[in-house]
Amino acid sequence: MKQVWPIFKREFAAYFATPLAYVFIVIFLLAMGAFTFYVGRFYDNSIADLSVFFGYHPWLYLFLVPAIAMRLWAEERRTGTMELLLTLPVPLWATVAGKYLAAWAFIAVALALTFPIWLTVNYLGDPDNGVIVASYIGSLLMAGGYLAIGACISATTSNQVIAFVVTVVVCFLFTISGAPLVLDFFRGWAPLALVTAISSFSFLTHFTAISRGVIDLRDVIFFFSLIALFLTANVVVVDLKKSG
Amino acid sequence: MIEIEELTKRFGPYTAVAGLSLKVAKGEVLGFLGPNGAGKSTTMKMITGFLAPDAGRVRVCGHDVESDALAAQSAIGYLPEGAPAYGDMTSRQFLLFIAEIRGFKGADAKAKVAAAVAKTELEGVLDQPIETLSKGFKRRVGLAQAILHDPPVLIMDEPTDGLDPNQKHSVRTLIRGMAKEKAIIVSTHLLEEVEAICTRAVIIDRGRIVADGTPAELLARSRYHNAVTLAVPAAQRDVAIGKLKGLTSVSSVETTARDGLVEITAFPKNGALPIEDVSALAVRENWDVKELYAEAGRLDEVFRAITTHDARRKAGAA
Repeated sequence: MKQVWPIFKREFAAYFATPLAYVFIVIFLLAMGAFTFYVGRFYDNSIADLSVFFGYHPWLYLFLVPAIAMRLWAEERRTGTMELLLTLPVPLWATVAGKYLAAWAFIAVALALTFPIWLTVNYLGDPDNGVIVASYIGSLLMAGGYLAIGACISATTSNQVIAFVVTVVVCFLFTISGAPLVLDFFRGWAPLALVTAISSFSFLTHFTAISRGVIDLRDVIFFFSLIALFLTANVVVVDLKKSG
Repeated sequence: MIEIEELTKRFGPYTAVAGLSLKVAKGEVLGFLGPNGAGKSTTMKMITGFLAPDAGRVRVCGHDVESDALAAQSAIGYLPEGAPAYGDMTSRQFLLFIAEIRGFKGADAKAKVAAAVAKTELEGVLDQPIETLSKGFKRRVGLAQAILHDPPVLIMDEPTDGLDPNQKHSVRTLIRGMAKEKAIIVSTHLLEEVEAICTRAVIIDRGRIVADGTPAELLARSRYHNAVTLAVPAAQRDVAIGKLKGLTSVSSVETTARDGLVEITAFPKNGALPIEDVSALAVRENWDVKELYAEAGRLDEVFRAITTHDARRKAGAA
């Protein structure tokens, strides 16, 4: 456990040692703002809540989180530091966890920096802050899910572009499987159980549930077990690569 | 301290390391030699646990690298090929990170870093990002990282690659200084390095050990071992060759011309030491000798003979 911390620290500091962190945060905030105010017509709705803002999170994460995840392992492999990292006396799971948690914490920082919109909505009206807190938690969990998928895929390659593209596609499938378009397609002929199963794998379904303001244990468990699953796969992938 | 048994690694149809066995004891500096692609780096990667072998086992200080990886890796200091490091960190941050990972904390970690920095002469570049450093400094950061925890086993893949002659000298002094308490494996392309620092030289070719001995023993396998070279004016060439061939301790003679002089190398007849005969002959004949010396042997020639002969023999058998 004690070795997760130095790895976490190094990884987290690495974001801010390069322009990556600043570029990412600026683009993240600009995109959030643009979608909320221009596409989502935040003001025209005249409703003091942030549902419009949170509604775009899955779609933004779909591209921004893979951009963070793609470098996690692919870059280590390309620069050769992988050899250094894996020959240090650290259990593999601790390395995987340290790197993952650092990236997740970085996304949490970016997400936290959207706080002005929370202040704005409180200034303009009287929103249900409980719902907003729940939505932030849901959003962070969802980002963690995308990130775990991306970390695992990044471990399979030394090419960051491949890691990015494949992650976007896989994340897209995990997102879209709960969209009405997809579910309607299955609803016509497939048994209800299958439709429910497909929908239950969707980030959208669980995120929407949480962002209504009710943190259901099942939704939280979904995200945590998905994260655990992909991080375990991440460990396995790195370990398998040792065999050449 | 390092025990390697029947180590084998295949990459697809290609066998990189084929049943390699080796033991390295404390106090030994083993020079790992071989042509490119002979399996040197692959073997080192398996000793340090970066690659899993297909067969065979490696034990470091009694710990199996596969089943007891953390204990084995704690005992190893490793400088991977190319000395990779995190370019965005400064040398100080990087070394502190390594110290912390290796379980040192606070003042203890700082002391370890300071000691490694002093040994590798990195004081001047401690606060520069590693990606801005020259190749020589990068290599030394890698070295500092490897020796930081004072490991009983050191594995270094081409530690002096890219260093200037002064830096090479100081790295070799450093390695020699640590040699007594450690088991060290150094891979290198530089044969002079083997003579300078190694107590034992192992040549591998196509994943197999083809020679194993002290540098002196390997030199003795050279056909230049105890050969005598003398330089005389070109005019005396034929006489000298004739007389030298007449000596009982000389088996054959080779010549090379060099601006007005001719260098004649007399090869010894099985185990003889022709130097005394040759010098006595030169005095007796009153040759105008410009140079006269006996050779210990040429390691590059041994290396070439061993690694190419084997390759040719294999090609013949196939």
